[in-house]
Amino acid sequence: MAYLLALAGNQNCGKTTLFNCLTGSNQHVGNFPGVTVEKKEGTVLKQKDLTLVDLPGIYSLSPYTSEEVVTRDFLLKEHPRAIINIVDATNLERNLYLSLQLMELGIPIVIALNMMDEVLASGNVVDYDKLSKHLGVPVVPISASKNEGISELMHHVRETVQSNTPPAKLDFCRGAVHRAIHSISHIIEDHAQEAGYPVRFAATKLVEGDEPMRLALCIHETDQHIIDHIVTDMEKELGTDREAALADMRYNYIEEICKTCVIKHQESREQVRSEKIDRILTHKIWGIPLFLGIMLLVFWLTFTVIGAPLQDLLETGIEAVTDLLSQTLAATHVSPWLQALLIDGVFAGVGSVLSFMPIIVVLFFFLSLLEDSGYMARVAFVMDKLLRKIGLSGRSFVPMLIGFGCSVPAIMATRTLSSERDRKMTIILTPFMSCSAKLPIYGMITLAFFPQHGALVMISLYITGIVVAILSGLLLKTTLFRGNPMPFVMELPAYRLPSARSVLLHMWEKAKDFLHKAFTVIFLATIIIWFLQSYDWTFHMVENSADSILASIGSLIAPVFTPLGFHDWRASTALITGLTAKETVVSTLTVLSGASGSAELSSILSTIFTPLSAFSFLAFTILYMPCVAAFAASRRELGSLRSALGAAAYQTGAAYIVSFLIYQIGSFFL
Amino acid sequence: MTLDQLHPGGSGIIETVGGEGALRRRLLDMGLTPGTAICVRKVAPMGDPLELFLRGYVLTLRKDDAAKITLKEVVQ
Repeated sequence: MAYLLALAGNQNCGKTTLFNCLTGSNQHVGNFPGVTVEKKEGTVLKQKDLTLVDLPGIYSLSPYTSEEVVTRDFLLKEHPRAIINIVDATNLERNLYLSLQLMELGIPIVIALNMMDEVLASGNVVDYDKLSKHLGVPVVPISASKNEGISELMHHVRETVQSNTPPAKLDFCRGAVHRAIHSISHIIEDHAQEAGYPVRFAATKLVEGDEPMRLALCIHETDQHIIDHIVTDMEKELGTDREAALADMRYNYIEEICKTCVIKHQESREQVRSEKIDRILTHKIWGIPLFLGIMLLVFWLTFTVIGAPLQDLLETGIEAVTDLLSQTLAATHVSPWLQALLIDGVFAGVGSVLSFMPIIVVLFFFLSLLEDSGYMARVAFVMDKLLRKIGLSGRSFVPMLIGFGCSVPAIMATRTLSSERDRKMTIILTPFMSCSAKLPIYGMITLAFFPQHGALVMISLYITGIVVAILSGLLLKTTLFRGNPMPFVMELPAYRLPSARSVLLHMWEKAKDFLHKAFTVIFLATIIIWFLQSYDWTFHMVENSADSILASIGSLIAPVFTPLGFHDWRASTALITGLTAKETVVSTLTVLSGASGSAELSSILSTIFTPLSAFSFLAFTILYMPCVAAFAASRRELGSLRSALGAAAYQTGAAYIVSFLIYQIGSFFL
Repeated sequence: MTLDQLHPGGSGIIETVGGEGALRRRLLDMGLTPGTAICVRKVAPMGDPLELFLRGYVLTLRKDDAAKITLKEVVQ
């Protein structure tokens, strides 16, 4: 018999570390259906009958964020056999708030009291036996980062799974609240049982005024009136409203428990240390320069010092393998089309994408260091004011910044954003940050048209991207993502040394993710483009790519770009091949123009573009939909092909409008 | 007096928590309930948000949202 276990807890309480401890690398990462909330699943090490699902880090079971709703739905509908509730022992009060709500679900529960090593090292005490007696559930002290107490924890989990005893009902409510819950329980008992919800949980949620619960229970109008009446009486008696009343009750109860179980002589060492570090890192004057400095260092290390040599190495390796294969194929007289498919299609296409691997792995090494140490929360704190106006929070700053390097890891990095709305918006806006693969295009065009003003053109392109992102943010805020953004009420966790295991697993996960994309979506896309580029409509291989299917498609759509100033089929064809990787625009234009040497290329380019239409073309390349690798990442993170196509359509539309305006307004003046 | 008016280093006891919907619920869930002691530790470099300390942990909150929380027994 296999059992499903759920791992629940606050953010920053070591949940991921514990999950990694328990499952090792037997993890499968996906999304909860319909939302972009990550769902990690794994088999517990050495206990193959236990499957553990890592639920999102949340603070409450309120109905307001997709993370909380997903957790609720999972616990109520998938009926896990038991919950492992991880709790930060250094921050017991706030962590137990979620525990109390989880215990109302009537699912057997074991509390893992994490970071007990820190509590002890600071000379404080948490009496876990007493805590266990108070709560009526097993409480096991552990240290996930040091791998301590894990076997005891699993021993208790095993016992709980076997005995299948739900937690005792805690009577944390007194007086009016208690009476209200009690009376409502009676009214809804049948409804709750019919809907398969625990009565007690349903009743407390109704007292809180929880809309989804009210709808799920299908309560009659008359009953609803009685319930409303009960709640109004309660509110009158307490002189406070329903939501505050319950939060208050829970916290009061927790405070009482903590008084008997926690002896805190002093602030923990980690907190004292954090305060000292923050004196520098979130300093009034030095905070922002330090952040920019740290990001610059990460970029420099990733793209120049470590990433680039590794990338060169990998490219050399891929080239060597390609050459070897090419010689073998030629020697064994394999038919030319298969040779071309393998060498020019598969190896060239996937190879060029694979060479991004080192950069992605190295970048995520640094990002997970920043994330796991607690610094990312400080970035959000420092940069929040800047992003608030476009409806985002400071958390989105880092993915956007990475977007200047490469959109793929940038989009992958949005997964750490704590709100689904912010995540989606950031994924749509990030590709507007001009990525480094577009630099060769800028180089080629500026050399041909603006040799004196290269830097100026470059800067104006970057600014165009940023301005479009800001305008899009304002637009999205008032249309697609209308409604209240998730409130920015964020914990600043104590700085901690990231565990090597977590960092390595994170890197491995991102690498796996990227490899998967490279061999599915990207693989397919490069083969299609290769085919279109190498064959004509009668499926004969073409000598000159000007006769290919792709070229005729290019000519067909070329008139679309006439209002933007570039109606030459070579420009539109280059935009299509640019979808495999943006730097391909350069090679396509070079090949199609038949130029040999950059001077000749420049002169041919000046027959395709005027300086104005060249600038309009550049603006289009920076804004239109990102390459297939980034598209695949956005599909993965947005959770649906439709959303990803929508985002791509929006980006291409924005590119069209901006280039149109540049060309039309420009022609007016020039 | 409201929480956003507190200078860094100042502290007080939460009297009422205003706002509505997701924001208010979130504030309550994070432990900003009436009667809780809270202090302002810092203001972010650009003047917003605030860094607060309550219930043994550090929280950050925008000034607009902090303005919805009233305090009593304020010590500046």
